Amino acid sequence: MNTQEQLLPATAAPPRVIPSFGWPKLGRALLVIFAAAAWWLVYRNLESFAKWFTYQLLGMHLGSHLASAVEFLVFEAPKVLMLLTIVVFGVGIVRSFFTPERTRRILAGKRESAGNVFASLLGVVTPFCSCSAVPLFIGFVTTGVPLGVTFSFLISAPMVNEVALVLLFGLFGWKVAALYLGTGLAIAMIAGWVIGRLKLERWVEAWVYKTVTGSGQNGDDAPLTWNDRVQLGREAVKDIVGKVWPYVIAGIALGAGIHGYVPQDFMASIMGKSAWWSVPVAVVIGIPMYSNAAGIIPIVQALLGKGAALGTVLAFMMAVIGLSLPEMVILRKVLRIPLIVTFASVVGLGILMVGYLFNIVM
Amino acid sequence: MKIKVLGTGCAKCKKLYAEVEKAIASSGQTVELEKVEQIDEIMKYGVMMTPALVIGEEVKSSGRIPASSEIVSWIASNAASMPQ
Repeated sequence: MNTQEQLLPATAAPPRVIPSFGWPKLGRALLVIFAAAAWWLVYRNLESFAKWFTYQLLGMHLGSHLASAVEFLVFEAPKVLMLLTIVVFGVGIVRSFFTPERTRRILAGKRESAGNVFASLLGVVTPFCSCSAVPLFIGFVTTGVPLGVTFSFLISAPMVNEVALVLLFGLFGWKVAALYLGTGLAIAMIAGWVIGRLKLERWVEAWVYKTVTGSGQNGDDAPLTWNDRVQLGREAVKDIVGKVWPYVIAGIALGAGIHGYVPQDFMASIMGKSAWWSVPVAVVIGIPMYSNAAGIIPIVQALLGKGAALGTVLAFMMAVIGLSLPEMVILRKVLRIPLIVTFASVVGLGILMVGYLFNIVM
Repeated sequence: MKIKVLGTGCAKCKKLYAEVEKAIASSGQTVELEKVEQIDEIMKYGVMMTPALVIGEEVKSSGRIPASSEIVSWIASNAASMPQ
């Protein structure tokens, strides 16, 4: 044992060896400024480029369905991908400041209400992937985080998604994005609180509470330099944009089809304000569906452009990305069916109310 | 040296396992590699984000797939610190 102690490095956690950027500071700063300027220039000119491409280069007729669809596609696809890249990069850096371990430490022992608020806010910034739902759930509930607070986190993490927010901002403006953020957080807080009050611990699989969660002796707790953080941002872009771009293109192509071929106001008849049943139908259809946020937003845009009511469309979007059949299947490992049903129903109800609220107010 | 890859079977966990196998091969060390999929075993390490990499009972990373250079250097430093 003694030999081992002598040979270990003095620091408790070995320093991370990350292939780093490694350029001199001035060079890096100039590169960042140049990249940002280039990005902005391209972004500003996308619309005119799309018009030029469709009508000059391809020689299509103004007003034809195909031209409409093509113009939409050539404009929106690069635009969405560019927005996505810059946002995922930024959020990757923000997330380097948060780990689930840190979130857990903040939440453990907080009473409900305050805990629900914190958990919902932290859900936005803590890195989360649905395959980690089970270890995360167990880790939280076995270390002093109340069940309702854990649910607030589990609701906000997938639903109040930075990808969704920035795309909403880029396509619809800050008001819609802020609306989505505010109502998403409200649903997470209130639904989590309600589930907590219902005292449903008996419907958590018994073995969960018997699980021994080790202390988070995480090698990742070593402090990160800015170089590390930028590298994490770049990894996030490679990871997320690399995985999501086919869905974005497919979603935009679908949106382009709707944009070009579905008659104006067609959606108004089935998803418009006067169709009161459109909100519950949108929520019920959306719950089992799963799409990542990037793919569904172009569809949302096309639907809105064709006269669908904002509340109905937002409700549909929240239901699709906030709840999904794959997620329920994963959670079945730790939750019994009555609790899963309650979870989906409470969140679904919240989404429903948000949908109606906006149809009335907007 | 014992290395464990913790994960419940999603694509990322399989990718990490493959990366670790490659790193072990290139390091030339004798390593016992184990894939841990049982959730109660995973929780003993206090890990909340899978996939996770454990070398010599110490959690080196969780929730991400480290660069292969990182994995190789961890294996090397772990080998160096083991009693000969």
